[in-house]
Order: sequence, then C-alpha cells, then structure tokens
Amino acid sequence: MSSSVHARVSGESLAVRYTLTALALAFMFLFLGLPLLAVFAEAFRQGLGPYWTALVEPDTRHAIMLTVLIAVVVLPFNIFFGLAAAWAVARFEFRGKSLLLTFIDLPFAVSPVVAGLLFILIFGRNGWLGPWLQAHDIKIIFAMPGMIIATLFITLPYIARELIPLMQSQGKDEEEAAVSLGATGLQMLWRVTLPNIKWGLLYGVILANARAMGEFGAVSVVSGHIRGETNTLPLHVEILYNEYNSVGAFAAASVLALLALVTLVAKTVVEWRMNKETAMLDAALPMESTSA
Amino acid sequence: MNRSSPHRVLPGFGLSLGYALVYLSLLVLIPLGGLIARSMSLSWADFWHIATSDRALAAYRITFGCSLLAALINAVFGLIVAWVLVRYDFFGKRFIDAAVDLPFALPTAVAGITLTTLYANTGWIGSWLEGALGFKVAFTPAGIVVALIFIGIPFVVRTVQPVIEDIESEVEEAAATLGATRLQTFVRVLFPALFPALLTGFTLAFSRAVGEYGSVVFIAGNMPMVSEITPLLIIGKLEQYDVAGATVLAVVMLVISFVLLLAINTLQWWAANRHIANRDEAAEPLVGEAA
Repeated sequence: MSSSVHARVSGESLAVRYTLTALALAFMFLFLGLPLLAVFAEAFRQGLGPYWTALVEPDTRHAIMLTVLIAVVVLPFNIFFGLAAAWAVARFEFRGKSLLLTFIDLPFAVSPVVAGLLFILIFGRNGWLGPWLQAHDIKIIFAMPGMIIATLFITLPYIARELIPLMQSQGKDEEEAAVSLGATGLQMLWRVTLPNIKWGLLYGVILANARAMGEFGAVSVVSGHIRGETNTLPLHVEILYNEYNSVGAFAAASVLALLALVTLVAKTVVEWRMNKETAMLDAALPMESTSA
Repeated sequence: MNRSSPHRVLPGFGLSLGYALVYLSLLVLIPLGGLIARSMSLSWADFWHIATSDRALAAYRITFGCSLLAALINAVFGLIVAWVLVRYDFFGKRFIDAAVDLPFALPTAVAGITLTTLYANTGWIGSWLEGALGFKVAFTPAGIVVALIFIGIPFVVRTVQPVIEDIESEVEEAAATLGATRLQTFVRVLFPALFPALLTGFTLAFSRAVGEYGSVVFIAGNMPMVSEITPLLIIGKLEQYDVAGATVLAVVMLVISFVLLLAINTLQWWAANRHIANRDEAAEPLVGEAA
C-alpha cells in the first residue's frame, strides 16, 4: 500500500516503472477518459442553447421522470430482499446455502436481453398469463409494470451481494448480545444491525440505483419504445440517436453521464468511510480478543 | 424455526429465508424455469435446427470471438493498471483508481453511442485510424471488441488489485536475495500468485461480454453473418414474433452463462484456497505472524 515508505529491495527499474505507468494511463485515457469527454463535447457541440432546448423537450423530460420513478419503485424491493437474504445467509447455517448464493448471482450471468425475454414469455400476448391479463385488461408488457419487473430482475443481486460478506465478517456477537439482553427482533434490527451495516447498505443502493437508471437491454425488450410513455432515458437516447438527432441524444446521454460521475463520487466517499470504520474496528479488536 | 437449538438465539430465520426464497423464486427461478419449459415444447430436431442455423452459428462465433479477444486485452491491460495502481505513486492516482469503475456506472447505451461517435470515420479516433491506417473500427467486428473492452475493464482490475495488495513483500525480497532478476521474480513468484485472480477476472469480463447488448448494438453495424451478436439476433426474432426461435437462442445463451458462472465460482474457490494455503505456508516460519 505505502510502497514509498518502505523502499522495496526488489522494485522494478525506473524505466519499467515509467513504461508501465504510461501504458496504464494511456489505456485508461483511450478507453475511459476520451469517451467521457466525448459525451459532453457532442452534447455542447452547438452551444448551450440547443443543449438546453434538447433537455427540456417534453419527451426527454418524461423519460427522465420515468427513469427516476422506476428506480424509486425498484430500490425498496432490493433493500428488503438484500436484508432478508443477508440475514438468513450470514446469521444461520442451513443446507443449500451455496446453491442459494449461486441463484442470487444468476441475474449477473444472464444476458439482459434474455432477462427481458423471460417476462415476455410470462406476461406477453402469447405468454402463460397473457390471455388472462388481456381478459382483465391489465397491461404489463410494453408498459411500466413490465419495465419495473425487468429492472427488479437485473438489480436483484447488488444489495444482497454487498451485505452478505459484510455481515459475515462482522459476526453475530453484537446481535446475540442484544437479544439476550431482552431486545425484540425489531429493536435489534434497528439499533444494532442497521447501524452496523449502514455504509455497506448505502454502497449497494448506489450501485443498484446506477444499474436501475441505466439499464438498457432488458428494459428495451419489454418497453415497446412508446415515445413519451414507456421510454426511459437510456431508451430515449437510442431513439434520438437513431433519428440522427445527435445533440438531443448526447444531451440526454450527458444527464446519464452526470449520474455516473455522481455515482462514482458517492461510491468513493462511502468506500472511504467503510475503510475508516474497519480500520477503527481493527484497532479496537486486540483489546476485545484478550478478554474473550 | 427450532427454538430449542442452542445455536439459534437470533430471531427471524424462517421469515428472512422464506421471504428471500419466495422473492427469488417469483422473480428469477420460475421465469427461468418457464423459459426452459417453453423451449421443451419444441421437438429436439426443431430445437437443434434453430440453434445451429447458419445465422445463429455466425452470431455465436462473433459473440464468443469478440468477447474472448476483448477479455484477453482486458486481462493484459487490467493487470498492468492494477499493478500500477497498487505499486507506484503518481499524481492523480486516487482519481484514476475511482475512474476504473466508470463502465459499471455509465449506462451501456451512453457508452454505445459515444464509442460509435469516437470510432466512426468522422470521430476523433476513427478519422485518424481510417485516414492514417485505413483501418475501419465502427460498424465492423473490431467495433464490437472496442465496446466489450470498455465494459470489461473493471472486472480484471478489481479482482487482481486486492491480490497484489496482499502479496507479502518478504516473498519478493527472498527471491531477490537469492539472486533472481526482477523478471524472474515476476514470472516465477508473482505471476503464479496472481494467476487465479487474473483468470477469475478474465472469466468475469468474458461472461459479461457474452451477454452484452447496449454498448454493442450501436457500434456493431449489425450485419447478419458479419457483425450480428447473439443477443441482437434474439431481439430480431422477437420483433418478427418468432418467440420459439428467440427462446431457443436464449436457452443456448443461458446454458453457456450457467457454465461460465460455475467456472467463476470454482475459480474463486480455487483462488481463495490457494491464497489461504500460501499465507499459511508463508506465515509458519515467521513466529510473530501466526496470530
């Protein structure tokens, strides 16, 4: 970590160091820096006026609203599932635990397009529930419920995968102490568990939110691309781009790029807080372990 | 559930596991089962015919070929980036470290249109490549590789980085003291220690690339047999109301992702065991380290 503090006996020569650093920076600039710059360069190509006009265009505004709305609906489901799964996996022993963990990972492995198709097969016109839904005049596919379900599928692992290792590493001593001192389940959850995992939970929420707002493939399959109705911001970017409305597409894209930057900053801050707390915990640990 | 068990002081086992299982079943397991059931309503001959049609075979070749190439490039540069980030100090290092996760945070559609604009013959990079070298990237398979490199970057860096951080400097110093050159130390000592993590990162990047859609469709050109990836072929079939065809291709992709997921889990288990074994071996002779 602090390679400068301990001079390494076995370090690389200066020439190798500079070459590797230059290679790494060139790669990062070419594949990450340049695309990020290009989003804003294209968005402001014709100046601030056209950019602003493109942003406040009703369809774009509607797409922004819909994107936010979907994320707001999806995140609480993910939080509840993440908490439940992490509590069961990190606090109890049961058979089939590793199978459960593999199932939680499945949405990461499934192509977004396949994820969208799954729900077409269930809710679509020729799907299993299709005739029943049509008889009752309920629209799921090519409407918002379908987009929410597809987003739920895609974002399912994020919070659970963040909380499980965190709660496993923290152990269950504090919670057991709370319960044996007479705390009810809810009191324990509210006063012990949640304060202990708050940064990890927030970290998971940040990642899940970025994915929920940015998802393209799965939502694209179930949305039907109805302008001003079922277009999220990423889908709207595609439509504008395909209409050769470059400024409009990149103006919408710049909003998403800004979201990505905010995500990165928030993520870095939370990581920093988490490291600080583990460092404090590690510093406090030797004293505790002698008494145990 | 069983309150008499002495190990189960904590409440909520039944509730939390029950909720997690129901949620997971409704959202993931039943839909996946449905996909497989739907594909089984076809006869095996029909399934095989669709799964191995010329256009599907070409799409697999393009999807896996481009994903493999992109993951290999990511493995090489991801290792270099991780190494530089852990071992060297330079101006803006923390900024670069945070930027590695940009592909996780940037929506794929944005990456798609931006890379297309950059690599098209009028773009910053494309105009130079085509003008000076006569090399077309956008709207060719090379463009697919570029998009897949972009989305794969964090996987290799983030799996290799913690392993480099954990390497005990004693190991390298011992090798150097025994007369190994820096290159020998890297090839014989460091690389074997990093290899499981590198392979895991490679497989993660590959697995993500195989299913990727959003960043690829814009830059690929999407010519059947030439630059059409499998996820796009599935969408094409859906748009022609060929649900059976889409289902077959989806099952093929699902089986492949499942195999990759298994490989990743096995690799991670291998890497973790090796890591522990190495640490224990290293810690044994050093008296103070054992605690």
